[in-house]
Amino acid sequence: MFYREAGDFKTSYRDDGQTFPIRLDRWGYYALLAVAFLVVPFVIDSYWANAVLVPFLIYAIAAIGLNILTGYAGQVSLGTGGFMAVGAYAVYKLMTAFPGVPIFIHILLAGGVTAIVGMLFGLPSLRIKGFYLAVATLAAQFFLVWLFNKVPWFYNYSASGQINAPERTFFGWAITGPATSASAKYLTCLVFAVGLAWVARNLTRGTIGRKWMAIRDMDIAAEIIGVNPLTAKLSAFAVSSFFVGVSGALLFSVYLGAAEASEAFGINKSFLVLFMIIIGGLGSIFGSFAGAAFLVLLPVFLKNVLVARLGWPTDLAAHIELMIVGGLIIFFLIVEPHGLARLWALTKEKLRLWPFPH
Amino acid sequence: MEFLYASEVLINGLMAGVMYALVALGFVLIYKASGVFNYAQGVMALFAAMTLVGIMEGRVPFAHLLNAVFGMHVSTLGWTVPAAFAILLTALVMVGLAIAIEKLVLKHLVGQEPIILFMATIGLAWFLEGLGDVMWGADVKVLDVGLPQGISDTVETVTNDLLGYGFFIDRLDIWASVIAALLVAALVGFSQYTKQGRAMRAVADDHQAALSVGISLQFIWIMVWSIAGFVALVAGIMWGTKAGVQFSLSLIALKALPVLMLGGFTSIPGAIVGGLIIGMGEKLFEYFVGPLVGGATENWFAYVLALIFLVFRPQGLFGERIIERV
Repeated sequence: MFYREAGDFKTSYRDDGQTFPIRLDRWGYYALLAVAFLVVPFVIDSYWANAVLVPFLIYAIAAIGLNILTGYAGQVSLGTGGFMAVGAYAVYKLMTAFPGVPIFIHILLAGGVTAIVGMLFGLPSLRIKGFYLAVATLAAQFFLVWLFNKVPWFYNYSASGQINAPERTFFGWAITGPATSASAKYLTCLVFAVGLAWVARNLTRGTIGRKWMAIRDMDIAAEIIGVNPLTAKLSAFAVSSFFVGVSGALLFSVYLGAAEASEAFGINKSFLVLFMIIIGGLGSIFGSFAGAAFLVLLPVFLKNVLVARLGWPTDLAAHIELMIVGGLIIFFLIVEPHGLARLWALTKEKLRLWPFPH
Repeated sequence: MEFLYASEVLINGLMAGVMYALVALGFVLIYKASGVFNYAQGVMALFAAMTLVGIMEGRVPFAHLLNAVFGMHVSTLGWTVPAAFAILLTALVMVGLAIAIEKLVLKHLVGQEPIILFMATIGLAWFLEGLGDVMWGADVKVLDVGLPQGISDTVETVTNDLLGYGFFIDRLDIWASVIAALLVAALVGFSQYTKQGRAMRAVADDHQAALSVGISLQFIWIMVWSIAGFVALVAGIMWGTKAGVQFSLSLIALKALPVLMLGGFTSIPGAIVGGLIIGMGEKLFEYFVGPLVGGATENWFAYVLALIFLVFRPQGLFGERIIERV
């Protein structure tokens, strides 16, 4: 009944290799997309948009980006926050310098700028690896945030040192700025999230993705069988940074509207996104979404239960949240290193065989 | 005068470097003995300092939580504990913590890739930070265990007489250097001349071989994490006395990371030399270049220096050569 392959015949390799090989799964995916695009924008209110859905979509993009680098190419990065800041400041400079160009192009260009910066900081990865590299990426994090704080050109010499998103419209719809409606914010982020997830999925299962995974599994062996580590590692850094940059641009321009480098893009952002992919599942696009959903919803859930229901002080709830997140990281690493994505895959396996265990 | 001022900056940098090295030492110990790169070392220092203040002031652990859940109004137990005794109690707490970490985390992660263990310790860092805040409250605490503080008058008068320029050096920094030197001597003595220390080095060299000659891996790990906890306590006391016990203390771990990269993860002398280079380098860089680029270069200088250095020598100054085979 559910998830049956019986009667679902494949007659070509193309069919066999598709992302959702089981018919029910595929229809489920289309249905989800249809609901996300055609139903949710009409019923969404600003609480749901601002507290849950928009941050979820933006962090999902960042998580996909980091997952490409860490989960697929095996290069641990703690510089995500810094690269998100590059995206945010790039889109800000572009928005204010070329007001006439549509914001969508600016966001993509901001991703491109971040890709270049990411490649620059990815260069050392050719010599150093493992946690030496993880620590080296912290250099990117601290240096970039410092740069955006100290060089007034980046924040257009504003007195507060903050950047504020001016209003930009797309076919008469406000996409950024204070007047933006909840559904416009949501739809903008949704378009980017779905589009980029599609790109990521297809990149990771093609030649380039195979190269990344070969490098991840054993870089020297990969080099021997003909994978060029230079191009593989730098392309991973570039693609990953592009995604992270787009997410940073969206975070600033669509979601926050105003940002200050050290506050919005501090080291904790880097860890947050890293935790998303650990909990969600390393090396999985679905896992990036699952992890982002989990870590966006957890504080909302705790706030509703601990603060609103039980009446505990807010700071206590925040500290307990730290404990829960830290504990969960350890729990997942011990029990299920492939995260929620693996649990989901297991459920599907079980469902396919149900009610027979073998 | 310019030169003298620069050398004062240099000496202060060296002193700061000693403080970084103190934290870095804890990293090196754990890395050597278990191959775990313990990101939580800085939070352990924070946790130790919080516990020390909590015990000294007789605070009720989890007071905040108890008040919220049971509607109680407790804050202190009404007594104070002398510093020496409180340090002893805190050391015991750190041993307990080491046992808990071994039982709950490390035991289950034997044989995993180093990077997985690294990420587990990041999780541990968040957990401990939350636990520390829930246990002792997140307020900024003053830590005073009787270490001398403030500008040393002796150094100032002596240098003033000799050079005609008084050096301003914090007495706490001098003490920290002395204590760090003692600590390193004790650690080296322990690992060279005791049975347990030898077992520890054996485990560091080869887990499997150590197991096969009858060394208990579990015991060694608990011991190493306890020692690291003790080093964290010492670092926590120093930094806590200097800057108050608060969240930013855990960030010194982030300062210790470039120190390690520069010195090499596996070398105790490396941690010290790395600490001195970083401490000195960042103070001098801030002094000479800082004003040209808007200051606050201390945030990133250590990392960029370590990054550039690593490109030329990936294992750090004193690290073991990385040999890879397919």
